[in-house]
Amino acid sequence: MSQIPPLFKREFLGYFRSPVAYVFLIVFLMASVGCAFFLGRFFDSNIASLESYFQFSPWLFILFVPAVGMRLWSEEKRSGTIELLFTLPVTTLEAVLAKFLAAWAFLCLAVALSFPMALTVAYLGDPDWGVIGSSYLGCMLMAGAYLGICSLTSAFTKNQVISFVISVFICFVMVLLGWSVFTDFLGGYLTLPSWLVDIVSNFSFTTHFSGFVKGIVDAKDAVFFLSLAGFCLFLNVLVLDR
Amino acid sequence: MRTGGAQENSSGSVIRCARQIPFTDMIEVQGLVKDYGSLRAVDGVSFKVNRGDILGFLGPNGAGKSTTMKVITGFLRPTAGTVLVGGHDVTADPVDVKRMIGYLPENAPAYPEMTVEEFLGFIAEARGFRSSAAKAERIERVAGLCHLTQVRRQTIETLSKGFKQRVGFAQALLHDPPVLVLDEPTDGLDPNQKHEVRDLIKKMSAEKATILSTHILEEVDAICTRIIIITRGKVVVDETPDELRARHGGARLDEIFRELTQTDT
Ligand SMILES: Nc1ncnc2c1ncn2[C@@H]1O[C@H](COP(=O)(O)OP(=O)(O)OP(=O)(O)O)[C@@H](O)[C@H]1O
Ligand SMILES: [Mg+2]
Repeated sequence: MSQIPPLFKREFLGYFRSPVAYVFLIVFLMASVGCAFFLGRFFDSNIASLESYFQFSPWLFILFVPAVGMRLWSEEKRSGTIELLFTLPVTTLEAVLAKFLAAWAFLCLAVALSFPMALTVAYLGDPDWGVIGSSYLGCMLMAGAYLGICSLTSAFTKNQVISFVISVFICFVMVLLGWSVFTDFLGGYLTLPSWLVDIVSNFSFTTHFSGFVKGIVDAKDAVFFLSLAGFCLFLNVLVLDR
Repeated sequence: MRTGGAQENSSGSVIRCARQIPFTDMIEVQGLVKDYGSLRAVDGVSFKVNRGDILGFLGPNGAGKSTTMKVITGFLRPTAGTVLVGGHDVTADPVDVKRMIGYLPENAPAYPEMTVEEFLGFIAEARGFRSSAAKAERIERVAGLCHLTQVRRQTIETLSKGFKQRVGFAQALLHDPPVLVLDEPTDGLDPNQKHEVRDLIKKMSAEKATILSTHILEEVDAICTRIIIITRGKVVVDETPDELRARHGGARLDEIFRELTQTDT
């Protein structure tokens, strides 16, 4: 594991060596704040909370996390630098973890940059900082789970577009499974028993995220996100090792 | 003083690891087979490289030279056969093998958005030179050897082909490895640089086992102590340049090469 720091550093700083980081951070902030203002009626609700901001995170992540994750391995494969990387004295696990952690740190940075929203809320009212803290925590954990999926799909192909499209699709399904419209459809129209609907929605990002937004930090939810990411990274290592 | 201390520390460990190895056969390839799907790219290749050897790896396009090198450096897994580098098996302990090898891949891939200095700094850190003094000393040395000083702060994507090639070469030499694997090291270099790189390889060769692939036959004549010619994944020649010429009645290398490999093209 001692080889993680140099790989992490290269990957993380790599975002800022090109316009990618700045374009991403700005557009992500505009989109997430825009959703809170226009779709979530941030001010109209007259409640000092960030719920109207965070309720859109699972949907925004469907597009934004694959945009960060698609290049993780595809880019290395296309440019041939993967040959350089894997002839350095590093194990596949170290490389996978280092790249994942760097991209995750970048996503956490993007999420954290919305902190002025929290300050605005604090200026206008008296928010519950515990809820805000748990929302940020949940958001970052959820980003890790999305990123695990994207890292895995990008290991399959040297084409970033393919990697992006497949990641978006999988992430979309993972959100959809827990969306009330979809679960109502399963229970109502298909008349599936409710225990089955519960099992299906249990695999969704939204189901496990909703608690965090309400200020409930449940270890089960955190374990879900982390183990999903861990499982994807495990497969990621196998794919690269074959 | 500070730099001197770090130099002793950092390069000391590399040299020690090179000297610890009792083997004169630094590279030992035994019955190597590599398939890409249904295509057999390397078909039962065996050879040894001793310290002090410069092995010239020749063969027509698509013969399997690069593939063999990728297996030796641990990038690809062999389909069958074994590769030992300094006594370590590539499949069993790849990281130990990778530590001993300096590898210049074909086309010298590098992270395009980094500057030359950042890139070499990254390689230095990944090769275990973490302190800034040790890192600076390593970069200084290879930048000097490969004439990169003038482009140190340029991003790699803006470099000309020859300079990119030199960055790849510098990266391979950075940790002063006991084994060098160079895939077409002089590709894209100007005549002066070609000459210089050959001199450099020759000068370093006493302490190292070197494999280089090339399409330039005069290069083989100039520096190689041994020639291996492979076609369609099979070794057809493994001897010194002089032996090879003697066996073919003093013909020129390019004539011998054409005669041995013409069935392929
Ligand atoms: N990734 C790959 N997938 C499938 N086939 C491959 C792959 N890489 C190489 N090959 C095939 O393996 C054979 C050997 O290729 P290799 O690159 O080792 O040749 P080479 O001797 O280095 O040729 P050159 O002189 O052109 O560099 C070729 O037939 C090539 O098409
Ligand atoms: Mg080649």
